[in-house]
Amino acid sequence: MSVRKESLISLEELTKDKILYLLEQAEKFEAEPNRRILEGVVVATLFFEPSTRTRLSFETAANRLGARVIGFSDAATTSSTKGESLKDTIMMVSNYADVIIMRHYLEGAARYASEVSPVPIINAGDGANQHPSQTMLDLYSIRKTQGRLDDLDITLVGDLKYGRTVHSMLTAMRHFSSRFRFIAPAELEMPQEYKEYCCANHIAYTESSEFSYDVINGSDIIYMTRVQKERFTNLMEYESVKDSFILRNQMLKNARPNLRILHPLPRVNEIDQDVDSNPAAYYFQQAKNGLYVREALICHSLGIDI
Amino acid sequence: MEKTKLMVAALENGTVIDHIPADKVFDVVNLLNIQNMSTPVTIGANLSSRKMGRKGIIKIADRYFTDEEVNKLSVIVPNIVLTTIHDYDVTEKRHITMPDEIHNIVRCPNPKCITNHEPMHTTFDVIDKDNGTLRCRYCNKEIRKEDIRLL
Ligand SMILES: [Zn+2]
Repeated sequence: MSVRKESLISLEELTKDKILYLLEQAEKFEAEPNRRILEGVVVATLFFEPSTRTRLSFETAANRLGARVIGFSDAATTSSTKGESLKDTIMMVSNYADVIIMRHYLEGAARYASEVSPVPIINAGDGANQHPSQTMLDLYSIRKTQGRLDDLDITLVGDLKYGRTVHSMLTAMRHFSSRFRFIAPAELEMPQEYKEYCCANHIAYTESSEFSYDVINGSDIIYMTRVQKERFTNLMEYESVKDSFILRNQMLKNARPNLRILHPLPRVNEIDQDVDSNPAAYYFQQAKNGLYVREALICHSLGIDI
Repeated sequence: MEKTKLMVAALENGTVIDHIPADKVFDVVNLLNIQNMSTPVTIGANLSSRKMGRKGIIKIADRYFTDEEVNKLSVIVPNIVLTTIHDYDVTEKRHITMPDEIHNIVRCPNPKCITNHEPMHTTFDVIDKDNGTLRCRYCNKEIRKEDIRLL
């Protein structure tokens, strides 16, 4: 089959129209996930760094589309540990596969791969840099639960300094006029460069280190992330704040009825288990939405519309 | 100013690099490997300048610079003036500014950047010409002027 090559490396390069188009495609896959439209297509999943969750989601997407999947789940099993360059691995695999989904521990690896590869590359995470399919499923979940991406109160909680997913979300949300709250301990607050990005792109935000009832009751979306001990230079501060960024069910009693709680998973203890039965808990469904979004991304990379 | 003109006029063939920030004169010397040149070289440091306060000037006889060398200069010492001289005549006078994009000149300071692990070229976008801030096309890290290192 002849294909239009379209790699997906970063949210930054997607227009508003393209984002909305991909979300609409994903909606169609949610209505009918099993579509054997990629029969005869070989999808490669190259995971130079293990990430079982993301790999299973992509591989399920490929399987539900009728494609065959080849690849590896850990760089230890590949020749890159024998010193083969990324370029050589990509060139070799592109002889066999029609699209390459790759995760790599080095930042910029996916962009470089897309420059040398004759087949499209889908970035499934490159170090601390980009993870566009995660951002797309976050957007999908927000839009699905709220009916829109504009005019929402979105609260980002936890590690906003190192949290790749919250940074990417801001990049994607520059196209929409929602309001953000950044709730983080002082050591993990939203970096200056992202606050400047918000100003430059007219994204309204406030910030605080208090995860208060006011914040919770004024939110349409609460996006929780993990506050990890190893991110702190000052362990005293970690000890003093570690329990302040945990969401418990009783904190939700006056929340807006449309509130939904998102989390990129895996969680540790930042969302108490007792929240799981609250109708606002949406993180497992959010992960499931990843399947539909990834079906849309794979088809799009191959130039297939449904 | 008169003095500068004299230095230029005295050159039969060669290149004059003018308006070098006072503290960057020896960076230019190192970058162009001037210390190992065999042709006559005049280095003026801490000369008074109306525009810059103090500046440097380097005059190199019988030597012209390639685009690649000029590109490197534009990253380390933006806003210099490069004059080429043939037969005592100024044949070209170029104001060197930072380009929009810097290809294979600068090293990315991020140890986890792919460019430091693959045999590949680096590319940076100049996102702030006034302050000399670059951003790596691959890892997206921003580099401030003072952290710029050449390959
Ligand atoms: Zn880099």
